[in-house]
Amino acid sequence: MTLLAVEEISKSYGGVQALRGCTMNFAEGAINGLIGPNGSGKTTLFNVITGYERPDAGRVLLRGKDMTQATPDAVFGAGVGRTFQLTRIFPRLSVLENVHVAAQRRGFVAQMRRWTTGNEHQRALDSLEFVGLTHLAREPAGSLSYGQQKLLEFAFIMVAAPSVMLLDEPAGGVNPTLLRHLAGRIKALNAEGVTFIIVEHDMEFVMGLCDQVSVMHNGSALREGRPAEVRADPAVLEAYLGTDMAEAD
Amino acid sequence: MTSAFVPANYDLPRSVRLSALGIAALALVLFPVVFPNPAVTSVGVFAMIYLLSVSGWNIFSGYSGYIALGHAVFFGIGQYSSALLTSHFNVPPGWDSFALLPVAAALAGIAAVPIGFILLRVRKHTFIVLTIAVMFIFQLLAFNLRSWTGGSQGLQMPFPTWTGDFFNQPFYYVGLGASAIAIAVSWWVRRSKFGLGLLAIRDDEDRARSLGIHTTRTKLIAFVLSAVFVGAAGAIYAPFVGSVFPQFAFDPSFDLALAVMAFTGGLGTLVGPAVGALVIGSVQQYFLLQFGGANTFLIVYGLLFVLILRLLPDGVVPSIALQWRHWVARRERARAHSDLSPPPDLETRIEVPVEQGRSAQ
Repeated sequence: MTLLAVEEISKSYGGVQALRGCTMNFAEGAINGLIGPNGSGKTTLFNVITGYERPDAGRVLLRGKDMTQATPDAVFGAGVGRTFQLTRIFPRLSVLENVHVAAQRRGFVAQMRRWTTGNEHQRALDSLEFVGLTHLAREPAGSLSYGQQKLLEFAFIMVAAPSVMLLDEPAGGVNPTLLRHLAGRIKALNAEGVTFIIVEHDMEFVMGLCDQVSVMHNGSALREGRPAEVRADPAVLEAYLGTDMAEAD
Repeated sequence: MTSAFVPANYDLPRSVRLSALGIAALALVLFPVVFPNPAVTSVGVFAMIYLLSVSGWNIFSGYSGYIALGHAVFFGIGQYSSALLTSHFNVPPGWDSFALLPVAAALAGIAAVPIGFILLRVRKHTFIVLTIAVMFIFQLLAFNLRSWTGGSQGLQMPFPTWTGDFFNQPFYYVGLGASAIAIAVSWWVRRSKFGLGLLAIRDDEDRARSLGIHTTRTKLIAFVLSAVFVGAAGAIYAPFVGSVFPQFAFDPSFDLALAVMAFTGGLGTLVGPAVGALVIGSVQQYFLLQFGGANTFLIVYGLLFVLILRLLPDGVVPSIALQWRHWVARRERARAHSDLSPPPDLETRIEVPVEQGRSAQ
């Protein structure tokens, strides 16, 4: 069953057409990979889905509900969490405070209560434990290594219990040990029902982890299917390597 | 300057912090009793007005990172509100005039809603420039709306009939009480989920928004809160000096003073801006008393600002706190090292004669 769908999305920046009538469906409860050469529009598509960019045309549907005009906070409130290609944490806050920022509270009175109160505090501690950062809870987040910052970003999305997590190049700059740890966390959360959409260039990581892979090229969807099918498709090889290389291959 | 990384769990013990706070509070309460000279208590009143203003200003600018250089607008609104309400309702000078304080503060807060709504649509340098522009717009309005403000003639307020020795003390204690409320609110905000949202905005506003924080609403509430306290400071200042003039009510050097005080003490910390206000506010008044109204203190402000940004960019209080944490971390490492060294009796047992050791090689 489709959880998140984009229909005929187009987006241009001046003369550059980043997305051209892009249509894709992401299945509920699956780990979906989103791959494509640099400049194929993957991050722009993430920006459109999460409300950072307004598309020039097309629709974003979450469980059939139109989210095209939703703001980033509304998208997050609807259960769509996102990490960035370059980590975006709050460097001067502690690691624990970072996780608490994402915990949702409704109403002014609740907002004025101490941030460490309520169930969310336990959830925040659980999230940190889940990614293995508990021992660094009181440290300034800016002092973490790049890989640890990726895990922290993952933890603070997790604390809001999203139904979909969009991960933009989670493997970039992460050492193999942390990467295995991250892959394990993704699988564990997916087993609990969280849907993932992962943009990644590390093909080993994508093919080993994802149930379904979508390929983008020149701002539109080129191919969707199971990892083995996608890998074997000559059109995908051509998109990645160019015509001559694909033929030689 | 980049601070070396030090683990965070070496904070000053809670008991020490509470004791220091208690001693500081006691010293402030006893100050006019120990130093009753009116020239000295007058300096104290100005220090309290700055303490109240900068504590309020810090709730917005310190926590959100939006440096507002136009809060003189609310200081002026507080002053004009106090003067106009006193005249309109024939409020007798003295204790009764302090009853207008919450009203003037509320009016400043109400004015902050549309101002904040417009200003908070922009960020960074544009925000700073616009806050200054709005301050000058209000100064021009005060000069030109003569039927309300008296224009350049200003408004005069009746002085209380207290004796000279006693005159400053009610203003001092009202200022101290209001400052205590402002610091308490600031403390509350810092510990709240709302305050955490402000700090997240300071670090990365777009990221905060993407995590479900209503950034515009959060900033606006903080802006209004800060305006309330700065307006209250204006409502203490006006009856204390007995007059309100546009150029002093909406004075750019007031905003400069708040920024210098907060940066010196430690922007965005609870105690730092208060320390900055008490020290710099008092020094400023000392310069005024010594050198008259030549604004010599502005030169000192400039020099101090450059020195602080150069040597202690985090401010005095956070720098001291960091030094403390370095010291505790070093002490902990030294203790851990001494725990690892072998006990004396073990040393004697494993001692190898130097000559024997050499021959073995």
